[in-house]
Amino acid sequence: MSQNGAATSAVISVENAQKYFPVSKGVVVRTTIGHVKAVDGVSFEIKQGETFSLVGESGCGKTTTARMILQVEKPTAGIIKFQGNDLATLRSEQYREYRASVQAVFQDPWSSLNPRMRVGSIIMEPLLTNRKLSKGEAKEKLESLLEEVGLHSFQGDYYPHEFSGGQRQRIAIARALSLQPKLIVLDEPVSALDVSIRAQIMNLLRDLQERYGVAYLLIAHNLATVRYMSHNVGVMYLGKIVETAPTHELFTNPMHPYTKALISAALPSHPDIQREDIVLSGEIPSPLNPPSGCAFHPRCPFVLDRCSKELPVLKELKPQHEVSCHLY
Amino acid sequence: MAKQAPVLEVQDLRTYFYTRTGVVKAVDGVSFSLMPGETLGIVGESGSGKSMTALSIMGLVPKPAGKTVGGKVLLDGEDLLQKSNSEMRQIRGRKICMILQDPMTSLNPVYTVGNQLIETLRMREDARGHGLKERAIDLLSKVKIASPETRIGNYPHQMSGGMRQRVVGAIAISGSPKVLIADEATTSLDATIQYQYLQLLRELQKDTGLSIIFITHDFGIVAKMCDRVAVMYAGKMVEFAPVRDLFNKPSHPYTEALMRSVPNVDEEVDKLYAIEGQPPALDKLPVGCPFAPRCPYVFDRCLHEYPTSVTVGENHHAHCWKLI
Ligand SMILES: Nc1ncnc2c1ncn2[C@@H]1O[C@H](COP(=O)(O)OP(=O)(O)OP(=O)(O)O)[C@@H](O)[C@H]1O
Ligand code: SF4
Ligand code: SF4
Ligand SMILES: [Mg+2]
Repeated sequence: MSQNGAATSAVISVENAQKYFPVSKGVVVRTTIGHVKAVDGVSFEIKQGETFSLVGESGCGKTTTARMILQVEKPTAGIIKFQGNDLATLRSEQYREYRASVQAVFQDPWSSLNPRMRVGSIIMEPLLTNRKLSKGEAKEKLESLLEEVGLHSFQGDYYPHEFSGGQRQRIAIARALSLQPKLIVLDEPVSALDVSIRAQIMNLLRDLQERYGVAYLLIAHNLATVRYMSHNVGVMYLGKIVETAPTHELFTNPMHPYTKALISAALPSHPDIQREDIVLSGEIPSPLNPPSGCAFHPRCPFVLDRCSKELPVLKELKPQHEVSCHLY
Repeated sequence: MAKQAPVLEVQDLRTYFYTRTGVVKAVDGVSFSLMPGETLGIVGESGSGKSMTALSIMGLVPKPAGKTVGGKVLLDGEDLLQKSNSEMRQIRGRKICMILQDPMTSLNPVYTVGNQLIETLRMREDARGHGLKERAIDLLSKVKIASPETRIGNYPHQMSGGMRQRVVGAIAISGSPKVLIADEATTSLDATIQYQYLQLLRELQKDTGLSIIFITHDFGIVAKMCDRVAVMYAGKMVEFAPVRDLFNKPSHPYTEALMRSVPNVDEEVDKLYAIEGQPPALDKLPVGCPFAPRCPYVFDRCLHEYPTSVTVGENHHAHCWKLI
C-alpha cells in the first residue's frame, strides 16, 4: 500500500499474521484435536499520528491481534514490523526499545493498576527501569505527565482506590505515555466508564495524539466511538479482516455485507433515523470450526453459490478501500 | 379515543440505604406513569438510581441495607408497596417481570433450559405435567430460538450469550406479564445480536400489548426503542419528554450536555463536549440542584433550592431554575 517503499511512515505493519491456538482433549495424555484460528491472516499498517481501529464481534480476533503486537502472544505465522524492521530479527537492545515504544491501555481501570502502589510510583516505574533517570528527573517528569492527563501533581501520592474510574483511566494513560511511545494499543478504553466521562477520555486521547504524533490501535465495539477516534478502520469476522477503509469511506460506503449489517445494527443517534434493515440469521460461528469458503456465508443475506466453496480475498475496490467478498 | 388509564403509576418513590457514612438516597422522589403498550426509557449514568428504581417497583431492594421508605407503586391501581412478600412473589412473573444484564444471574446452571421453563410454567399455572413441554418449546420458538425441540435439552452453558438472554426473555413472558422491565438487558450482547434481541422485544410487544421500561445509559437504545424518556441524575428524574422532543430539544442542562458528549455513529463530530467532574456521591448531595457543581449555567439560586418542575413543551418537563 505504501507508495514510497522504505520511506514509509508506518509505525507498525502487520503482514499476514496468524495465531492458532491448539485445542486439546484428555487429562493425562493430552492430544491436540484441532486449532482455533483466532487470527487467520491479518494485514494492516498504522502510520505515525494515526488511529487504526479494529471492529467486530466478540471472539473475532481483535484482542489476539493486539496481543501479538504487544508480544504477549507469539504469532503462529506472519510478520510484524516496527518502523520497517521485522520484530523477529531485532537484537535485544532494539527489542527492549520496541517494548518501550509500544504501550497499552485496557478496558478495566480497576484491575490494570496495582492497588498497593502509589499512583506516582505506578507512573514512574517504567521511567526508572527503562530510562536511567535520577529520582529528581523522574519526579519532574511525573508532575508534567499528571498535568498532561488532567490530574493534579499532588495526586501522585494517592493510591488507585482513591480515584474514580475516569481518573484511573487517566493514570493508565499517563503510565503508557511515560516512555514516549510510538504506538499505544487501546483495548476498549472507554467502555467501562460512565457516559459523561467517556468524552473526557476520548478528547484527552485525541489531544495527546495531536501533540505527540503517537499512533493508536483502537479496539472498540461501539461504532460511534470508532467513528470519532479513527483515521482508518478494519472490520474483522472470524479471524480475518473482511473490509478496510478510511473512516469516512467505511461509514458512508460500506461494501462487505457484514460491515453493512454491523452498521445497520448500530443504534441510531436520533429516533428519526431509519436504517436499511439487514437482518442476519443465526449466531456467530465458532472459530474452531469456521464455515467453508467465506466464513460469513451461513449468515449472509446476499450469499452466492460459490461463497461456500471459494475463499474470497481482499481486493482494493477504491483507493485504500479493500473488501473481501465474491459480490465484487 | 377515550383516555386510557396507566398500567403502572409510580408516585414519589423513595429508597434509601443506611450506611456507615450516611444515608444514600438512591431513589429520591421518583414519579412517572406507564401506559399500556408504551415503552418508557430511563437513562442516566452509573449510580443514578435506575436499577434501584426498578428493584423498588419489583419489591426486591437488597435488605437490610436498603429500604423503600416512601411513595406508591400502583399496578392497575393496586399499591405494590402494601403487598406481602408472598403476594409479591405471585405478582412478579405474572404481572410484572424483569430482565437483567447478565442472563446467568437469572438462569440456574445445573438445570436444562427446558426444565427451567417447565418449572416456571408449573409454578405459575398449577398445571400438570403433560402439555408443559410443548408450551416450553412454543415459548422458545416465540423468542426465535432455532430448533427449540433440541435446544430445550441444553444447559445454559451450551448456549451463546444471545441465546441465553432469549431464554430469560422466554421465562419472563411465560406468565403474560403486563409490564416488562429490561435493565441493561442488551448491554453485554454483540451489536448484531443486540439488534436481533431488540427487534424481538418489539415484536413481542406488538403481539401482546406489553408495556416496557428500558433502563439504559445508551441514548441509542432510547432512540430506537422508546416512546417516552426520563433522565435520571443523582436519584431524581430531572427531565421527562416524548422521545423526539428529548432529542430535538433537550432542556435540562445535564441532558443537553450528555447528548453533546456522546459520539455519533451517523456523522463525523468535530469535538465532543466533555462534562467536567463526575456525578456526586449520593450520601453527600449538595444543597440545591445536584448538577450545580458541573453545570455551565449555574447561578445563585441553584445553590440553595432544589429546582421545581418546569413545563417546556407538551408532556415535556425539566427540573431546572434556568428554564423558568
Ligand atoms: N447495598 C448498598 N448499600 C449502599 N448503597 C447502595 C447499595 N446498593 C446500591 N447503592 C447505591 O444506590 C445508588 C443507585 O444505584 P443503582 O444501582 O440504582 O444505579 P444505576 O443507575 O442502576 O447504575 P448503573 O448504570 O451502574 O447500573 C448508587 O449510588 C449505589 O451506590
Ligand atoms: S463472499 Fe458471499 S457469503 Fe461472503 S460476504 Fe460476500 S456474498 Fe456474502
Ligand atoms: S438548576 Fe441551575 S445548576 Fe441545576 S441544571 Fe438548572 S441551571 Fe444548572
Ligand atoms: Mg443499574
